[in-house]
Amino acid sequence: MNLNAIKTIYVHEMRRFLRTIMQSLVSPVLSTSLYFVVFGAAIGSRIDQVEGVSYGAFIVPGLIMLSVMTQATSNASFGIYFPKFTGTIYELLSAPVSFLEIVAGYVGAAATKALFIGIIILLTAFFFIDIEIAHPVAMVALLILTCISFSLLGFIIGIWAGNFEQLQLIPLLVITPLVFLGGSFYSITMLPPVWQAITLFNPVVYLISGFRWSFFGVADVSIGVSLLAITVFTAACLAFIWWIFRTGWRIRQ
Amino acid sequence: MTAIVSVKNLRKAYDGGFEALKSVNLEIEEGEILALLGPNGAGKTTLISTICGITTPTSGTVTVGGHDTQTDYRAARAMIGLVPQEISLEPFETVRASVQFSRGLFGKPRDDGKVDAILAQLSLDDKRDKKIITLSGGMKRRVLIAKALAHEPRVLFLDEPSAGVDVELRKDMWDVVAGLKASGVTIILTTHYIEEAEAIADRVGIIAKGEILLIQDKAELMAQMGKKQLRIDLAEATAAIPEALAKYDLLRAPDGQSLTYTYDTKGPRTGITTLLNDLQNAGLQMKDLQTQQSSLEDIFVGLVKEDQ
Repeated sequence: MNLNAIKTIYVHEMRRFLRTIMQSLVSPVLSTSLYFVVFGAAIGSRIDQVEGVSYGAFIVPGLIMLSVMTQATSNASFGIYFPKFTGTIYELLSAPVSFLEIVAGYVGAAATKALFIGIIILLTAFFFIDIEIAHPVAMVALLILTCISFSLLGFIIGIWAGNFEQLQLIPLLVITPLVFLGGSFYSITMLPPVWQAITLFNPVVYLISGFRWSFFGVADVSIGVSLLAITVFTAACLAFIWWIFRTGWRIRQ
Repeated sequence: MTAIVSVKNLRKAYDGGFEALKSVNLEIEEGEILALLGPNGAGKTTLISTICGITTPTSGTVTVGGHDTQTDYRAARAMIGLVPQEISLEPFETVRASVQFSRGLFGKPRDDGKVDAILAQLSLDDKRDKKIITLSGGMKRRVLIAKALAHEPRVLFLDEPSAGVDVELRKDMWDVVAGLKASGVTIILTTHYIEEAEAIADRVGIIAKGEILLIQDKAELMAQMGKKQLRIDLAEATAAIPEALAKYDLLRAPDGQSLTYTYDTKGPRTGITTLLNDLQNAGLQMKDLQTQQSSLEDIFVGLVKEDQ
């Protein structure tokens, strides 16, 4: 195990994060604060409780998930795409490192950044909304798992992308709609039965539902199913990355 | 001398069917400087990339220090440093951070003293806290070398080290290479500048169309180049070389119309004057004289043409 390599990649990526701290941290915090003000305070005051929770509080887990998923994906995809773009990937390919070590370094750093942003947003939420967390340990565990699994997804996107447009494409066209339609701002029980059934094919539903359960003890789907969904998603991403490095898809000729 | 890098029947064919390497065999001795000369598209970079692990071979094996680059890649790659042809660097990193990154990636613990020593060796000490984007092209190339040396490799691959580099910097680069050789590093460089191979290599390999056409000690090659040939066309064909001319070791053409004399331009005497006198005394009439000298360039062009 080349632990020095993992540490080196991790520190290198975190340094990049610190160099761009303004855009990395301030913009998600600012945009989420705006959501709290608009949906939580302004519109939320006219909305009844959802499943026994005030609307302002109800949207907090979904908003954290929205930021964490998009941040994890974009951080990880950029992290591995940039060496491809500058050509410095030659160094990774010629170094005595295994795919797991490369993934641990890049995905670990991207997940850390996303986790950091998630926690900052949670702290910001306390400013605007009165909330209590029913299962704090489960909350943190689910947050970390989400950070890791979406960083893995981002890593795959970064390797797949051939240009900066493609790098933006998946987060914009796939992840944002899935998160918005995954119950960030509503309970899926509010949907007509047909749409409820369709929604169950959206993996994000399970993440948001599980995360919301950790806050309020209520969920659209059971926590066991949520955990299983996250595990399957993480394992699928890992398996795909293993295949990428085995075949050299898009990185090695 | 033992081979530190051993390439056996290495073949690389791309998906489109293009065969970049056709069964290459190569033994690189520890401590030597080997120059691989070849035209563009000859397979120089593919060969280096395959040894370093960037390209996967279609068949064949490569061992570095006895470690197979496929089955024992960690040990093999840890011994290798690679300076790529393209300047590939992260623009917003500082020089020092970039070199430290390379060292860590190859599994070595952080060592600022070592990194600073490498930067000093490459005259980069005053640039170490500068961002790479602010450096000139020549300086960036030095950073690439520093990165390749960061983990103290025993074998260094330099892919076209002087491409796009001015004359002065090229000389500096040669000094750096000489210094590295003195510290025991084995160096393999690719180039299409013949003078570069002449200036720094111990052995020269010529590669074209995915094949190594020749690999020879540079001194031997130079010795061949130091020889000149004088061809004497005769007015009348001679059936045999006269006894009086035996000491000149002449070569008679099959039709007897010409004689060829090989001499060393670097020797104290070429012997041409006495030969011409003796020819006249032997009663041979000369029609024409011509001299020719083979250079590395001739050998190179000849081999590459022959191959086409």
